[in-house]
Amino acid sequence: MTVDVLNRGPVASVGVTKLMIADCDIHPVIRSLQESIYPYLSLRWRRHLETYGMSQRVAYQNGAPPYPKAFPNAARRDAWPPGGNPGTDLDFMRLQHLDANNVTFAMCNPLMPSGQGFANAQLSAALCHATNEWQKHALVAEDRRLRASVVVPYEDAVACVQEIDLRAGDTDFAQVLLLSRTAEPLGQRRYWPIFEAAVRAGLPVAIHAFGYGGGPITSGGWPSYYIEEMTGHAQNAQALLASLVLEGVFERFPTLRVIIVEAGFAWLPALCGRLDKHWLRMRDETPELHRLPSEYIRQQVWLTTQPMEEPETREHLLDIIAWIGWDRLLFASDYPHWDYDDPAQALPLRLTEEQRRQFFYGNAQALYRLD
Amino acid sequence: MIAPMTTATPGLIDCDIHPAVAGLPTLLPYLPEPWREQIVQRGMQDLETIAYPANAPITSRPDWRAADGKAATDLQRLRVQALDPFGTSIAICNCLYGIQPLFSEDMAAAFARAVNQWMACEWLDREPRLRASIVLPMQSVERAVDEITHWAPDRRFVQAMVLASGDAPLGKRQYWPVYAAAVRHDLPIGIHAGSAYHNPNTAAGWGSTVTEDYVGQAQAFQSQLTSLICEGVFSKFPSLKVVLLESGFTWLAPHIWRLTKYWRGLRPEIPWVDRSPAEIVRSNVRLTLQPVDAPPGQGQLQRMIDHMGSDRLLLFSTDYPHWQFDGSAAMPDGLPPELTRRILVDNARETYTRLKEAKP
Repeated sequence: MTVDVLNRGPVASVGVTKLMIADCDIHPVIRSLQESIYPYLSLRWRRHLETYGMSQRVAYQNGAPPYPKAFPNAARRDAWPPGGNPGTDLDFMRLQHLDANNVTFAMCNPLMPSGQGFANAQLSAALCHATNEWQKHALVAEDRRLRASVVVPYEDAVACVQEIDLRAGDTDFAQVLLLSRTAEPLGQRRYWPIFEAAVRAGLPVAIHAFGYGGGPITSGGWPSYYIEEMTGHAQNAQALLASLVLEGVFERFPTLRVIIVEAGFAWLPALCGRLDKHWLRMRDETPELHRLPSEYIRQQVWLTTQPMEEPETREHLLDIIAWIGWDRLLFASDYPHWDYDDPAQALPLRLTEEQRRQFFYGNAQALYRLD
Repeated sequence: MIAPMTTATPGLIDCDIHPAVAGLPTLLPYLPEPWREQIVQRGMQDLETIAYPANAPITSRPDWRAADGKAATDLQRLRVQALDPFGTSIAICNCLYGIQPLFSEDMAAAFARAVNQWMACEWLDREPRLRASIVLPMQSVERAVDEITHWAPDRRFVQAMVLASGDAPLGKRQYWPVYAAAVRHDLPIGIHAGSAYHNPNTAAGWGSTVTEDYVGQAQAFQSQLTSLICEGVFSKFPSLKVVLLESGFTWLAPHIWRLTKYWRGLRPEIPWVDRSPAEIVRSNVRLTLQPVDAPPGQGQLQRMIDHMGSDRLLLFSTDYPHWQFDGSAAMPDGLPPELTRRILVDNARETYTRLKEAKP
């Protein structure tokens, strides 16, 4: 977050109150494909990777986005462990983040190269499976504060169902993870088996910003800058939520729980108002829906907090949170990325103790059914 | 939430109404050869886009539909339905006939010229309360500039208009000659809801429904605002006014909070942006009122307007004949009188300086 040093209000220091933190978005990283992933990949796919590469839907062999990040590995300058990349050293992460901030639950969201959204569907499925094995053995087995996401090859629903079914009942895994830049809007029928399997497994579906579905991030073509892509993830999140509602996903799967990760949240009340108004006007186009779009969202959608919008008048954020509901936001730090939110500084507003506890721990506790 | 406008405000300005082309034959008198010939020989039918399907509720209020179903094709009906009930002194016509999806820049330029000619002859010449936007063929920057240059001397054209989704984001440098021309001729750029449908209408592919497409227009506007600001359009053209038409406005404050935060963290990437996005919006960007996308009651709308941080941003509009409200209840209830007056009159007069001219 951006810290406003000249206008900083009283902040309850986490270090003093010993508030427990549930961090719903951290990004552990593999040390290398060879060391972390190959043990779980067949010879065929190891050879494939070495001969033909990753088949990500971006131009560069190394998977680097044509919008270069603003910082190396998009990481905090101080998050580089000795001799490795940010997020690759569990001891360093414990010292810098988990122990330092009293994080007692952390949701692991592995990003590239986890196989998600790759053009080659079979490779995508194999890599996702291997990434899940790596999380289980290299992360959760080493630190019980960590939970793994079931990373799925979301453009291939049949393969997703296999992977989700495989992890059902395994308490190392706490959610199914998709990336937001799908090839088609996420509410469309081709993705429904994913939601069905997640409900069957009792797992929420988290949708993390990023990924590459092949199309531009705006409806008016490709923008120029990294800042535009970063800002654009909020528009993408709005579109995918509209799709989930209007296609009837929440109506069809009333116990489905969806988490929007790292796309902000302040846009939600405006989206709900717009969805409700225009759905009411044209409701005979989507007669499957029996409730207002905002009601489905209120019941079935959660959002992580980072990167938190920062109004010029800070208290405006309290209106937004009240409209969304204090029980719907999940604190997230995004460790080790550059726009990391420090739990001690993340919500510089006067809150009740109960609100603060809910925001930093209670909501995650209820959603993930933590003891 | 919406109260009827019991007493008309003197000088009220409606910044978004939509006179409609009845059909392609309507434009024939305004098209030169070979286009007239081509329309006939190639069997071209009509250019209404999928944004407003003929019979969809959004497309026209039921009581504003003509016997043949299509609204806003007739001046007398427009006077009775759109101008008189609101006590409108001036209304700005934004023609949405679908020239933007055409892939041929030659055809697009010819049809844009015809639409603008039709607007001048059949609407502006016949009703002194009307003003209009110059429809731009953005398929070619050169032709778009030419269209501005051609119509700029006609002071009844008060704005140049593009759609919210085209081929490339509007901030991109290729489009800057259009903004230079607009500034040169004292014309705001209006960006209206709608698409050329050359790109998928969401950031993750094509949506399924008209409802989804219409709701998603708000995201298109967010992206365009990001593009215009980040590319430095307002740094290069500090006097350029951009008006978002039929955009909704409740998304504005949260979007600007997000963009301003990222600008603080990432401004080395775009060093030419020397003011915060929030400041830029307050000085250079305006939005029309309808559709008002907020739940009734509970004061949420009033709080959302407060979040916008300025009383200069909103310009009154009915969005005639699109169905956004019933009766004459175009203005939200519960706004302070000073803000109401700014929305109904002052903000538009400050934005469209050509409106202050005594007689066009």
